[in-house]
Amino acid sequence: MWRYLLRRLLQMVPVLLIVTFLVHGLMHAMPGDPARALVGPGESLDEEQLELIRREHNLDRPIPVQYAIWLGKAVQGDLGRSTQNQRPVVEELRTRAAVTLQFGVVAWIMAVLIAVPAGIASAVYRGRPIDYVATVLSIGGVAIPNFWLGIMAILLFGVTLGWLPTQGYVDIFEDPLEGLRYMILPAFALGITSSAIIMRQSRSAMLEVLAQDYVRTARAKGMREKAVIWRHALRNALLPVVTVFGLQTGRIFAGAVVIETLFGIPGMGQFLVQAIFMRDFLAAQGAVLLMALAVLVANLVTDVAYAWLDPRIKYDDR
Amino acid sequence: MTDRASATTAAAAAPVESATAHHRPSVDVVLKLARIPQAVFGAVVIVLTLFAALFAPWVVPVDPQEMDFENLLSGMTAEHWLGTDRLGRDTLARLIDGAQVALMVSVGAVGLGVVIGAPLGLVSVYFRGLVDDIVMRGMDALVVFPSLLIAVGLAAAMGGSLATVIVAIGIANVPWMARIVRSQGLTIRELDFVAAAEAGGMSHVRIIWKHILPNSIAPVIVQATLSMGYAVLTEAALGFIGVGVQPPTPTWGSMLQQAFPMLDRQPLLSIVPGVAIFLLVLAFNFVGDALRDVLDPRLKGVIH
Repeated sequence: MWRYLLRRLLQMVPVLLIVTFLVHGLMHAMPGDPARALVGPGESLDEEQLELIRREHNLDRPIPVQYAIWLGKAVQGDLGRSTQNQRPVVEELRTRAAVTLQFGVVAWIMAVLIAVPAGIASAVYRGRPIDYVATVLSIGGVAIPNFWLGIMAILLFGVTLGWLPTQGYVDIFEDPLEGLRYMILPAFALGITSSAIIMRQSRSAMLEVLAQDYVRTARAKGMREKAVIWRHALRNALLPVVTVFGLQTGRIFAGAVVIETLFGIPGMGQFLVQAIFMRDFLAAQGAVLLMALAVLVANLVTDVAYAWLDPRIKYDDR
Repeated sequence: MTDRASATTAAAAAPVESATAHHRPSVDVVLKLARIPQAVFGAVVIVLTLFAALFAPWVVPVDPQEMDFENLLSGMTAEHWLGTDRLGRDTLARLIDGAQVALMVSVGAVGLGVVIGAPLGLVSVYFRGLVDDIVMRGMDALVVFPSLLIAVGLAAAMGGSLATVIVAIGIANVPWMARIVRSQGLTIRELDFVAAAEAGGMSHVRIIWKHILPNSIAPVIVQATLSMGYAVLTEAALGFIGVGVQPPTPTWGSMLQQAFPMLDRQPLLSIVPGVAIFLLVLAFNFVGDALRDVLDPRLKGVIH
């Protein structure tokens, strides 16, 4: 177990290196002078001043060297300063990540709370109306653009009914009720695709389990149907939730880029987009590093949880 | 070499007929698809979209850039079937121009993903060892990066244009294609006929080309169809945040972006492009799922 964990953690290192190196290269491939971008618009500096800025920020060194310098500091937890407001990137990321995390967790919980019961009901009442409704919703949920669903939700609950706020964000720990009110529409829009995928998979996992011998045996013993479902089948229906967790974490980050823009939420996604547009290298690089790390950790958690839930799977200690 | 001997016996039970199936005309596949209602619906939507995109000027005889100042933000009227935007431009005409972009992006991006990803997967599975490790770690790094983020980064770096969007979404498709071809190849490369070809002195390139490639085609087609739907979604998201194909070319995503501030005055403007995206993605998904059922019967019933 520990050897497995260690091996997996070590495997993350090359992936993180490749990801950050690619971002580094990409940012430098952007047109325009990075020193000028660093100064920002509206300032006219002469070539001498720009040269000083280049030297100060190591922009005069070859790109691989710049990367090595960044990496050396990053390992010590120093990701540099954002050129937009001179705040340390680490600090900025901490505030932004807290927002996206809250919002991602609420989205994830909403997705699971909708998907798992719907998937189970759909399997248990296979071929009945509830199954059709759930199936249609899950097929639609995968095809619908999540930000468009967000727009439609704003139209219905914000513009038409006026029930919920549609722009901005309130910290859920400072004011839980108000925080949730702000969170509910974006979290719903963000979670819909994941929800549809989990629903499909819960349904098929559940159907598979219900056809197994031990379920038939339990029924033959005279076990009540409810007990059969709760005791034997439920755990199996939860497996797909775990399986898609890793993949969906990445999806939620990507979705957050658009949904945060739509709902005006000051999270990681918005931060990254702004950083890219402003050519704020260090901020963009830091944001990408954190996102990649989060996705990798989510994948690891998925694999560990999967092995823990499904006794047939053993850690592969090669 | 030694592990192949044991693996071939294990794989001997696996059907090898699929190797010959592709040499038969694809009429069979089409006939089977025609019996699946979702596939027919999907095909009809795709063909209609393609038709509208190809013959745009004849389908709607209105210039998508023409401004009708008498009818700003109009609803559905006899003159403007799907209304107009804040500059009085006809929504239907713009929608059809947007369909061109959506189709070009989906076909271009997925094509790029296949053209780069499939050879990587083939090389990776055939040579294994270090080559496999290097290629697959690279693919892992790409997968960690959600496709939308790759697209945002690239689009910002190269400036939003049709080519940028195609490249950005195409790159995101590469690792998935490589993984599928690789995993398909893993089972095939252990089969007797590959060992026989190798023993017979067939060259690497010929073995990959004649044996491993044809057997990987079915899952690639399925994945490609599903990816086209996803490409349409990503393109729309890029357009919405303003890094997609730049105006004046209308895209479904940028139409939604421009419509958003007008949401309270003319909701129709926000509804129409979304419905178009939804229908086209649904169509690709339906056809993809049906293709999976038809081409790869082992997976039948797993999804639905």
